[in-house]
Amino acid sequence: MVKFVENELISIKKEIHDMWTLVYEQLDNAYKSLLGPDVALAELVAAREKRVNAFELKIDSDIEDFIALYNPVAVDLRFALAMLKINNNLERIGDYADSIARFVIRTEFKPEDRELFEQLKLSQMYETALAMLKTTFESLEQQDIAQAKSVFEFDETLDSINDQAISVLVDYATRHPESVRLCIELAGVFRKLERTGDHINNLAEETIFYIDAEVLKHRRTAAPAQPEA
Amino acid sequence: MNKIEAKNVDFYYGTFHALKGINITIPNNEVVAFIGPSGCGKSTFLRLFNRMNDLIPGARLTGQVLIDGQDIYEKGVDVDVLRRGVGMVFQRPNPFPKSIFENVAYGLRVNGIKDKDFIRQRVEEALTSAALWNEVKDKLKESAYALSGGQQQRLCIARAMAVQPSVLLMDEPASALDPISTAKIEELICELSSQTTIVIVTHSMQQAARVSNKTAFFYLGEMVEYGETKKIFTNPEKEATQNYITGRFG
Repeated sequence: MVKFVENELISIKKEIHDMWTLVYEQLDNAYKSLLGPDVALAELVAAREKRVNAFELKIDSDIEDFIALYNPVAVDLRFALAMLKINNNLERIGDYADSIARFVIRTEFKPEDRELFEQLKLSQMYETALAMLKTTFESLEQQDIAQAKSVFEFDETLDSINDQAISVLVDYATRHPESVRLCIELAGVFRKLERTGDHINNLAEETIFYIDAEVLKHRRTAAPAQPEA
Repeated sequence: MNKIEAKNVDFYYGTFHALKGINITIPNNEVVAFIGPSGCGKSTFLRLFNRMNDLIPGARLTGQVLIDGQDIYEKGVDVDVLRRGVGMVFQRPNPFPKSIFENVAYGLRVNGIKDKDFIRQRVEEALTSAALWNEVKDKLKESAYALSGGQQQRLCIARAMAVQPSVLLMDEPASALDPISTAKIEELICELSSQTTIVIVTHSMQQAARVSNKTAFFYLGEMVEYGETKKIFTNPEKEATQNYITGRFG
Protein backbone atom coordinates (compact mmCIF):
# COMPACT_ATOMS: atom_id res chain seq x y z
CA MET A 1 0.00 0.00 0.00
CA VAL A 2 2.71 2.45 1.05
CA LYS A 3 4.72 1.83 -2.10
CA PHE A 4 1.66 2.49 -4.27
CA VAL A 5 0.95 5.74 -2.43
CA GLU A 6 4.57 6.84 -2.65
CA ASN A 7 4.59 6.13 -6.38
CA GLU A 8 1.42 8.18 -6.87
CA LEU A 9 2.83 11.08 -4.83
CA ILE A 10 6.07 11.02 -6.83
CA SER A 11 4.11 10.93 -10.08
CA ILE A 12 1.91 13.92 -9.15
CA LYS A 13 4.94 15.81 -7.85
CA LYS A 14 6.68 15.27 -11.18
CA GLU A 15 3.64 16.45 -13.13
CA ILE A 16 3.43 19.63 -11.05
CA HIS A 17 7.17 20.13 -11.58
CA ASP A 18 6.72 19.81 -15.34
CA MET A 19 3.63 22.08 -15.35
CA TRP A 20 5.50 24.71 -13.36
CA THR A 21 8.49 24.54 -15.74
CA LEU A 22 6.19 24.86 -18.75
CA VAL A 23 4.31 27.84 -17.31
CA TYR A 24 7.57 29.54 -16.32
CA GLU A 25 8.83 29.14 -19.88
CA GLN A 26 5.55 30.50 -21.21
CA LEU A 27 5.80 33.62 -19.04
CA ASP A 28 9.50 34.07 -19.80
CA ASN A 29 9.02 33.64 -23.54
CA ALA A 30 6.06 36.03 -23.55
CA TYR A 31 8.37 38.56 -21.88
CA LYS A 32 11.16 38.01 -24.41
CA SER A 33 8.71 38.23 -27.29
CA LEU A 34 7.46 41.58 -25.96
CA LEU A 35 10.96 42.98 -25.46
CA GLY A 36 12.13 41.81 -28.89
CA PRO A 37 9.57 42.23 -30.23
CA ASP A 38 9.67 38.66 -31.50
CA VAL A 39 6.43 37.55 -33.16
CA ALA A 40 7.72 34.03 -33.86
CA LEU A 41 8.38 33.48 -30.16
CA ALA A 42 4.97 34.98 -29.29
CA GLU A 43 3.36 32.52 -31.69
CA LEU A 44 5.19 29.67 -29.99
CA VAL A 45 3.76 30.80 -26.63
CA ALA A 46 0.25 30.99 -28.09
CA ALA A 47 0.62 27.54 -29.61
CA ARG A 48 1.81 26.04 -26.33
CA GLU A 49 -1.17 27.39 -24.40
CA LYS A 50 -3.13 24.29 -25.43
CA ARG A 51 -0.47 22.15 -23.78
CA VAL A 52 -0.85 24.10 -20.54
CA ASN A 53 -4.61 23.58 -20.59
CA ALA A 54 -4.29 19.88 -21.39
CA PHE A 55 -1.73 19.44 -18.65
CA GLU A 56 -4.04 21.13 -16.15
CA LEU A 57 -6.83 18.68 -16.98
CA LYS A 58 -4.47 15.70 -16.74
CA ILE A 59 -3.15 16.73 -13.33
CA ASP A 60 -6.68 17.46 -12.02
CA SER A 61 -7.76 14.03 -13.15
CA ASP A 62 -4.72 12.29 -11.62
CA ILE A 63 -5.24 14.02 -8.26
CA GLU A 64 -8.94 13.12 -8.32
CA ASP A 65 -7.95 9.48 -8.90
CA PHE A 66 -5.40 9.65 -6.08
CA ILE A 67 -8.00 10.96 -3.62
CA ALA A 68 -10.61 8.42 -4.71
CA LEU A 69 -8.32 5.40 -4.69
CA TYR A 70 -6.04 6.06 -1.74
CA ASN A 71 -8.17 8.14 0.68
CA PRO A 72 -5.19 10.29 1.71
CA VAL A 73 -5.07 11.89 5.15
CA ALA A 74 -2.86 14.37 6.99
CA VAL A 75 0.19 15.46 4.97
CA ASP A 76 -0.86 13.35 1.95
CA LEU A 77 -4.30 14.98 1.90
CA ARG A 78 -2.77 18.45 2.24
CA PHE A 79 -0.42 17.58 -0.62
CA ALA A 80 -3.31 16.55 -2.87
CA LEU A 81 -5.39 19.63 -2.04
CA ALA A 82 -2.43 22.00 -2.38
CA MET A 83 -1.37 20.50 -5.73
CA LEU A 84 -4.92 20.86 -7.07
CA LYS A 85 -4.89 24.56 -6.28
CA ILE A 86 -1.31 25.07 -7.43
CA ASN A 87 -2.26 23.42 -10.72
CA ASN A 88 -5.19 25.80 -11.21
CA ASN A 89 -3.13 28.88 -10.34
CA LEU A 90 -0.38 27.83 -12.73
CA GLU A 91 -2.93 27.46 -15.51
CA ARG A 92 -4.18 31.01 -14.88
CA ILE A 93 -0.59 32.31 -15.10
CA GLY A 94 -0.30 30.40 -18.37
CA ASP A 95 -3.41 32.24 -19.61
CA TYR A 96 -1.79 35.59 -18.86
CA ALA A 97 1.39 34.59 -20.73
CA ASP A 98 -0.79 33.61 -23.69
CA SER A 99 -2.66 36.95 -23.59
CA ILE A 100 0.60 38.90 -23.55
CA ALA A 101 1.94 36.83 -26.45
CA ARG A 102 -1.24 37.48 -28.46
CA PHE A 103 -0.85 41.20 -27.77
CA VAL A 104 2.66 40.99 -29.27
CA ILE A 105 1.34 39.13 -32.34
CA ARG A 106 -1.36 41.71 -33.15
CA THR A 107 0.69 44.84 -32.39
CA GLU A 108 3.08 46.69 -34.70
CA PHE A 109 5.63 48.19 -32.34
CA LYS A 110 7.64 51.30 -33.18
CA PRO A 111 11.26 51.93 -32.15
CA GLU A 112 10.17 54.65 -29.71
CA ASP A 113 7.97 52.19 -27.81
CA ARG A 114 11.11 50.85 -26.15
CA GLU A 115 11.50 54.17 -24.34
CA LEU A 116 7.93 53.88 -23.11
CA PHE A 117 8.67 50.37 -21.81
CA GLU A 118 11.56 51.79 -19.81
CA GLN A 119 9.40 54.55 -18.34
CA LEU A 120 6.86 51.94 -17.36
CA LYS A 121 9.56 49.78 -15.69
CA LEU A 122 8.32 46.86 -17.75
CA SER A 123 11.52 44.88 -17.27
CA GLN A 124 11.48 45.36 -13.50
CA MET A 125 7.81 44.32 -13.36
CA TYR A 126 8.36 41.25 -15.48
CA GLU A 127 11.58 40.16 -13.83
CA THR A 128 10.03 40.50 -10.38
CA ALA A 129 7.15 38.26 -11.42
CA LEU A 130 9.53 35.68 -12.91
CA ALA A 131 11.74 35.77 -9.80
CA MET A 132 8.67 35.23 -7.59
CA LEU A 133 7.62 32.25 -9.67
CA LYS A 134 11.11 30.75 -9.53
CA THR A 135 11.49 31.31 -5.77
CA THR A 136 8.11 29.73 -5.02
CA PHE A 137 9.02 26.75 -7.19
CA GLU A 138 12.27 26.28 -5.28
CA SER A 139 10.48 26.62 -1.94
CA LEU A 140 8.17 23.76 -2.92
CA GLU A 141 11.06 21.63 -4.18
CA GLN A 142 13.06 22.18 -1.00
CA GLN A 143 10.03 22.35 1.32
CA ASP A 144 11.34 25.68 2.64
CA ILE A 145 8.63 27.72 4.35
CA ALA A 146 10.84 30.79 4.92
CA GLN A 147 11.62 30.90 1.22
CA ALA A 148 7.92 30.61 0.34
CA LYS A 149 7.06 33.46 2.71
CA SER A 150 9.79 35.64 1.20
CA VAL A 151 7.72 35.83 -1.98
CA PHE A 152 4.97 37.90 -0.37
CA GLU A 153 7.03 41.07 -0.03
CA PHE A 154 7.69 41.18 -3.78
CA ASP A 155 3.98 41.47 -4.45
CA GLU A 156 4.06 45.05 -3.19
CA THR A 157 6.68 45.86 -5.82
CA LEU A 158 4.33 44.62 -8.55
CA ASP A 159 1.40 46.59 -7.13
CA SER A 160 3.51 49.74 -6.91
CA ILE A 161 4.89 49.47 -10.48
CA ASN A 162 1.39 48.74 -11.79
CA ASP A 163 -0.02 51.85 -10.06
CA GLN A 164 2.76 54.05 -11.44
CA ALA A 165 2.36 52.55 -14.92
CA ILE A 166 -1.23 53.76 -15.14
CA SER A 167 -0.14 57.35 -14.51
CA VAL A 168 2.68 57.06 -17.05
CA LEU A 169 0.31 55.61 -19.67
CA VAL A 170 -2.34 58.31 -19.12
CA ASP A 171 0.33 60.97 -19.55
CA TYR A 172 1.79 59.26 -22.62
CA ALA A 173 -1.62 58.80 -24.26
CA THR A 174 -2.40 62.50 -23.69
CA ARG A 175 0.80 63.50 -25.44
CA HIS A 176 0.55 60.84 -28.16
CA PRO A 177 -3.13 60.41 -29.05
CA GLU A 178 -2.20 58.05 -31.90
CA SER A 179 -0.93 55.59 -29.26
CA VAL A 180 -4.08 55.38 -27.16
CA ARG A 181 -4.76 51.81 -28.23
CA LEU A 182 -1.20 50.74 -27.40
CA CYS A 183 -1.49 52.42 -23.99
CA ILE A 184 -4.75 50.64 -23.21
CA GLU A 185 -3.25 47.30 -24.22
CA LEU A 186 -0.13 47.96 -22.16
CA ALA A 187 -2.32 48.79 -19.15
CA GLY A 188 -3.81 45.35 -19.69
CA VAL A 189 -0.35 43.76 -19.75
CA PHE A 190 0.55 45.41 -16.44
CA ARG A 191 -2.75 44.34 -14.94
CA LYS A 192 -2.03 40.75 -16.02
CA LEU A 193 1.42 40.87 -14.46
CA GLU A 194 -0.04 42.26 -11.25
CA ARG A 195 -2.60 39.42 -11.23
CA THR A 196 0.24 36.97 -11.96
CA GLY A 197 1.80 38.17 -8.71
CA ASP A 198 -1.47 37.42 -6.89
CA HIS A 199 -1.51 33.91 -8.31
CA ILE A 200 2.12 33.37 -7.31
CA ASN A 201 1.16 34.45 -3.78
CA ASN A 202 -1.50 31.73 -3.91
CA LEU A 203 1.17 29.23 -4.98
CA ALA A 204 3.29 30.23 -1.98
CA GLU A 205 0.28 29.99 0.37
CA GLU A 206 -0.55 26.50 -0.88
CA THR A 207 3.10 25.45 -0.54
CA ILE A 208 3.08 26.58 3.10
CA PHE A 209 -0.26 24.83 3.71
CA TYR A 210 1.14 21.60 2.32
CA ILE A 211 4.36 21.72 4.33
CA ASP A 212 3.09 23.12 7.63
CA ALA A 213 -0.74 23.01 7.59
CA GLU A 214 -0.71 26.77 8.11
CA VAL A 215 -3.58 28.56 6.36
CA LEU A 216 -2.50 32.02 5.22
CA LYS A 217 -5.32 32.70 2.78
CA HIS A 218 -7.04 36.04 3.54
CA ARG A 219 -4.86 36.44 6.64
CA ARG A 220 -1.66 38.04 5.46
CA THR A 221 -3.23 41.49 5.13
CA ALA A 222 -4.58 41.45 8.68
CA ALA A 223 -3.01 44.00 11.02
CA PRO A 224 -0.30 42.50 13.22
CA ALA A 225 -1.30 41.79 16.81
CA GLN A 226 -0.52 44.58 19.23
CA PRO A 227 1.91 43.69 22.00
CA GLU A 228 0.30 43.47 25.43
CA ALA A 229 0.81 46.50 27.67
CA MET B 1 -18.53 16.27 31.68
CA ASN B 2 -16.17 13.30 31.58
CA LYS B 3 -17.66 9.83 31.45
CA ILE B 4 -14.45 7.81 31.61
CA GLU B 5 -11.10 8.77 32.98
CA ALA B 6 -7.87 6.80 33.14
CA LYS B 7 -5.11 8.03 35.40
CA ASN B 8 -1.55 6.75 35.12
CA VAL B 9 -2.71 3.33 33.96
CA ASP B 10 -0.10 0.60 33.57
CA PHE B 11 -1.16 -2.91 32.72
CA TYR B 12 0.84 -6.14 32.70
CA TYR B 13 0.27 -9.62 31.32
CA GLY B 14 2.65 -11.38 33.70
CA THR B 15 5.97 -9.68 33.03
CA PHE B 16 4.84 -8.15 29.73
CA HIS B 17 4.20 -4.44 30.15
CA ALA B 18 1.18 -4.02 27.85
CA LEU B 19 0.07 -0.47 28.71
CA LYS B 20 2.40 2.27 29.85
CA GLY B 21 1.29 5.32 31.80
CA ILE B 22 -1.98 5.96 30.00
CA ASN B 23 -3.94 9.10 30.88
CA ILE B 24 -7.16 9.88 29.05
CA THR B 25 -10.51 11.54 29.60
CA ILE B 26 -13.49 10.50 27.52
CA PRO B 27 -16.41 12.97 27.49
CA ASN B 28 -20.00 11.90 28.01
CA ASN B 29 -21.98 10.93 24.88
CA GLU B 30 -19.04 11.14 22.53
CA VAL B 31 -17.53 8.56 20.22
CA VAL B 32 -13.85 7.92 20.82
CA ALA B 33 -11.81 5.73 18.48
CA PHE B 34 -8.68 3.83 19.46
CA ILE B 35 -6.33 3.19 16.56
CA GLY B 36 -2.92 1.62 16.28
CA PRO B 37 -1.13 -1.43 14.89
CA SER B 38 -1.89 -4.94 16.17
CA GLY B 39 -0.44 -5.57 19.61
CA CYS B 40 -0.25 -1.88 20.54
CA GLY B 41 -2.58 -2.30 23.53
CA LYS B 42 -5.76 -0.64 22.28
CA SER B 43 -8.02 -3.67 22.86
CA THR B 44 -6.37 -4.34 26.21
CA PHE B 45 -7.12 -0.76 27.21
CA LEU B 46 -10.72 -1.01 25.96
CA ARG B 47 -11.30 -4.16 28.02
CA LEU B 48 -10.19 -2.37 31.18
CA PHE B 49 -13.39 -0.30 31.07
CA ASN B 50 -15.60 -3.29 31.91
CA ARG B 51 -12.91 -5.34 33.68
CA MET B 52 -12.81 -7.98 30.98
CA ASN B 53 -9.12 -8.57 31.72
CA ASP B 54 -9.78 -9.58 35.34
CA LEU B 55 -9.82 -13.29 34.69
CA ILE B 56 -6.59 -13.42 32.68
CA PRO B 57 -3.94 -15.19 34.78
CA GLY B 58 -1.10 -12.87 35.73
CA ALA B 59 -2.91 -9.73 34.59
CA ARG B 60 -2.18 -6.74 36.80
CA LEU B 61 -3.20 -3.10 36.72
CA THR B 62 -1.83 -0.04 38.45
CA GLY B 63 -3.39 3.42 38.28
CA GLN B 64 -7.06 4.29 38.21
CA VAL B 65 -9.93 3.81 35.79
CA LEU B 66 -12.92 5.96 36.68
CA ILE B 67 -16.42 5.85 35.26
CA ASP B 68 -18.68 8.66 36.39
CA GLY B 69 -15.98 9.56 38.88
CA GLN B 70 -15.89 6.15 40.55
CA ASP B 71 -12.77 3.98 40.45
CA ILE B 72 -14.07 0.72 38.95
CA TYR B 73 -11.07 -1.22 40.30
CA GLU B 74 -11.73 -0.24 43.89
CA LYS B 75 -12.40 -3.03 46.37
CA GLY B 76 -16.08 -3.72 46.73
CA VAL B 77 -17.06 -2.77 43.17
CA ASP B 78 -19.63 -5.28 41.88
CA VAL B 79 -18.39 -6.30 38.42
CA ASP B 80 -21.86 -7.49 37.36
CA VAL B 81 -23.34 -4.09 38.19
CA LEU B 82 -20.45 -2.42 36.36
CA ARG B 83 -21.08 -4.49 33.22
CA ARG B 84 -24.78 -3.63 33.25
CA GLY B 85 -23.72 -0.06 32.61
CA VAL B 86 -20.86 -0.87 30.23
CA GLY B 87 -21.95 -2.96 27.26
CA MET B 88 -19.62 -4.57 24.79
CA VAL B 89 -19.72 -5.62 21.15
CA PHE B 90 -16.97 -7.83 19.75
CA GLN B 91 -15.26 -8.28 16.42
CA ARG B 92 -17.31 -11.30 15.39
CA PRO B 93 -21.05 -11.36 16.02
CA ASN B 94 -21.72 -13.74 18.91
CA PRO B 95 -25.48 -14.23 19.22
CA PHE B 96 -26.67 -16.79 21.76
CA PRO B 97 -28.20 -20.02 20.42
CA LYS B 98 -31.64 -18.62 21.08
CA SER B 99 -34.35 -16.78 19.19
CA ILE B 100 -33.88 -13.20 18.03
CA PHE B 101 -36.31 -12.04 20.73
CA GLU B 102 -34.61 -14.01 23.51
CA ASN B 103 -31.17 -12.71 22.54
CA VAL B 104 -32.29 -9.15 23.15
CA ALA B 105 -34.38 -10.04 26.20
CA TYR B 106 -31.53 -12.01 27.78
CA GLY B 107 -29.90 -9.14 29.67
CA LEU B 108 -33.25 -7.97 31.02
CA ARG B 109 -34.14 -11.45 32.28
CA VAL B 110 -30.69 -11.90 33.86
CA ASN B 111 -31.32 -8.63 35.66
CA GLY B 112 -34.48 -10.11 37.16
CA ILE B 113 -37.06 -8.31 35.05
CA LYS B 114 -40.16 -10.47 34.64
CA ASP B 115 -42.76 -8.01 33.35
CA LYS B 116 -43.50 -9.43 29.88
CA ASP B 117 -44.96 -6.20 28.48
CA PHE B 118 -41.96 -4.26 29.69
CA ILE B 119 -39.56 -6.80 28.16
CA ARG B 120 -41.47 -6.79 24.86
CA GLN B 121 -41.39 -3.01 24.74
CA ARG B 122 -37.69 -2.83 25.60
CA VAL B 123 -36.82 -5.48 22.97
CA GLU B 124 -38.63 -3.47 20.32
CA GLU B 125 -36.90 -0.27 21.40
CA ALA B 126 -33.48 -1.94 21.39
CA LEU B 127 -34.03 -3.52 17.96
CA THR B 128 -35.30 -0.20 16.63
CA SER B 129 -32.32 1.69 17.99
CA ALA B 130 -30.08 -0.93 16.38
CA ALA B 131 -31.86 -0.29 13.04
CA LEU B 132 -32.95 -3.93 12.91
CA TRP B 133 -36.62 -3.86 13.94
CA ASN B 134 -38.08 -3.52 10.44
CA GLU B 135 -36.00 -6.45 9.21
CA VAL B 136 -36.87 -8.88 12.03
CA LYS B 137 -40.21 -7.82 13.48
CA ASP B 138 -42.00 -10.66 11.69
CA LYS B 139 -39.55 -13.38 12.69
CA LEU B 140 -38.70 -12.66 16.31
CA LYS B 141 -39.04 -16.32 17.25
CA GLU B 142 -36.61 -17.52 14.62
CA SER B 143 -33.05 -18.45 15.54
CA ALA B 144 -30.58 -15.59 15.66
CA TYR B 145 -28.28 -17.77 13.58
CA ALA B 146 -30.66 -17.37 10.64
CA LEU B 147 -29.65 -13.73 10.33
CA SER B 148 -26.84 -12.47 8.09
CA GLY B 149 -23.50 -11.49 9.63
CA GLY B 150 -24.36 -7.80 9.53
CA GLN B 151 -27.77 -8.43 11.06
CA GLN B 152 -26.23 -10.62 13.77
CA GLN B 153 -23.82 -7.83 14.69
CA ARG B 154 -26.69 -5.34 14.92
CA LEU B 155 -28.56 -7.91 17.03
CA CYS B 156 -25.58 -7.99 19.38
CA ILE B 157 -25.69 -4.20 19.56
CA ALA B 158 -29.42 -4.38 20.30
CA ARG B 159 -28.69 -6.96 23.01
CA ALA B 160 -26.14 -4.62 24.56
CA MET B 161 -28.47 -1.61 24.27
CA ALA B 162 -31.48 -3.40 25.81
CA VAL B 163 -30.15 -2.86 29.31
CA GLN B 164 -29.52 0.81 28.47
CA PRO B 165 -25.80 0.99 29.17
CA SER B 166 -24.24 4.41 29.60
CA VAL B 167 -21.05 3.18 27.89
CA LEU B 168 -20.77 0.94 24.84
CA LEU B 169 -17.40 -0.65 24.02
CA MET B 170 -16.89 -1.87 20.47
CA ASP B 171 -13.88 -3.97 19.52
CA GLU B 172 -13.58 -3.84 15.73
CA PRO B 173 -17.35 -4.22 15.34
CA ALA B 174 -17.38 -4.07 11.55
CA SER B 175 -14.15 -5.79 10.60
CA ALA B 176 -15.94 -8.99 9.56
CA LEU B 177 -18.74 -7.23 7.66
CA ASP B 178 -19.34 -6.18 4.06
CA PRO B 179 -19.41 -2.44 3.16
CA ILE B 180 -23.20 -2.12 3.36
CA SER B 181 -23.39 -3.76 6.79
CA THR B 182 -20.42 -1.67 7.87
CA ALA B 183 -22.22 1.50 6.79
CA LYS B 184 -25.25 0.47 8.84
CA ILE B 185 -23.12 -0.16 11.92
CA GLU B 186 -21.44 3.23 11.46
CA GLU B 187 -24.78 5.01 11.12
CA LEU B 188 -25.88 3.20 14.23
CA ILE B 189 -22.83 4.40 16.16
CA CYS B 190 -23.66 8.01 15.25
CA GLU B 191 -27.29 7.58 16.35
CA LEU B 192 -26.46 5.75 19.59
CA SER B 193 -23.95 8.38 20.62
CA SER B 194 -26.82 10.64 21.68
CA GLN B 195 -27.73 8.05 24.33
CA THR B 196 -24.40 6.54 25.30
CA THR B 197 -20.67 7.07 25.33
CA ILE B 198 -19.02 4.87 22.71
CA VAL B 199 -15.42 3.70 22.64
CA ILE B 200 -14.47 1.86 19.47
CA VAL B 201 -11.32 0.00 18.52
CA THR B 202 -10.82 -0.10 14.78
CA HIS B 203 -8.14 -0.89 12.26
CA SER B 204 -9.94 1.13 9.63
CA MET B 205 -8.58 4.67 9.54
CA GLN B 206 -11.52 5.81 7.47
CA GLN B 207 -13.97 4.32 9.95
CA ALA B 208 -12.29 6.11 12.85
CA ALA B 209 -12.37 9.34 10.84
CA ARG B 210 -16.05 8.92 9.93
CA VAL B 211 -17.58 7.92 13.24
CA SER B 212 -15.54 9.40 16.07
CA ASN B 213 -15.32 12.79 17.73
CA LYS B 214 -11.94 12.03 19.23
CA THR B 215 -9.18 9.61 18.32
CA ALA B 216 -6.36 8.10 20.35
CA PHE B 217 -3.35 6.58 18.63
CA PHE B 218 -1.60 3.77 20.50
CA TYR B 219 1.83 2.36 19.75
CA LEU B 220 3.85 -0.21 21.72
CA GLY B 221 1.63 0.16 24.78
CA GLU B 222 1.77 3.94 24.87
CA MET B 223 -0.88 6.44 23.92
CA VAL B 224 1.11 8.53 21.47
CA GLU B 225 -1.55 11.12 20.69
CA TYR B 226 -5.15 11.86 21.66
CA GLY B 227 -7.21 14.66 20.22
CA GLU B 228 -10.06 15.82 18.02
CA THR B 229 -10.47 13.39 15.14
CA LYS B 230 -10.42 16.20 12.57
CA LYS B 231 -7.06 17.37 13.87
CA ILE B 232 -5.59 13.86 14.06
CA PHE B 233 -6.52 13.14 10.44
CA THR B 234 -5.53 16.49 8.97
CA ASN B 235 -2.57 17.68 10.98
CA PRO B 236 -1.48 15.35 13.79
CA GLU B 237 0.99 16.67 16.34
CA LYS B 238 3.24 13.62 16.37
CA GLU B 239 5.22 12.30 13.44
CA ALA B 240 4.51 8.71 14.53
CA THR B 241 0.77 9.37 14.25
CA GLN B 242 1.19 10.84 10.78
CA ASN B 243 3.31 7.90 9.68
CA TYR B 244 0.71 5.44 10.93
CA ILE B 245 -2.42 7.06 9.50
CA THR B 246 -0.75 7.60 6.13
CA GLY B 247 0.26 3.93 6.09
CA ARG B 248 3.99 4.53 6.29
CA PHE B 249 4.49 2.17 9.20
CA GLY B 250 2.56 -0.21 11.40
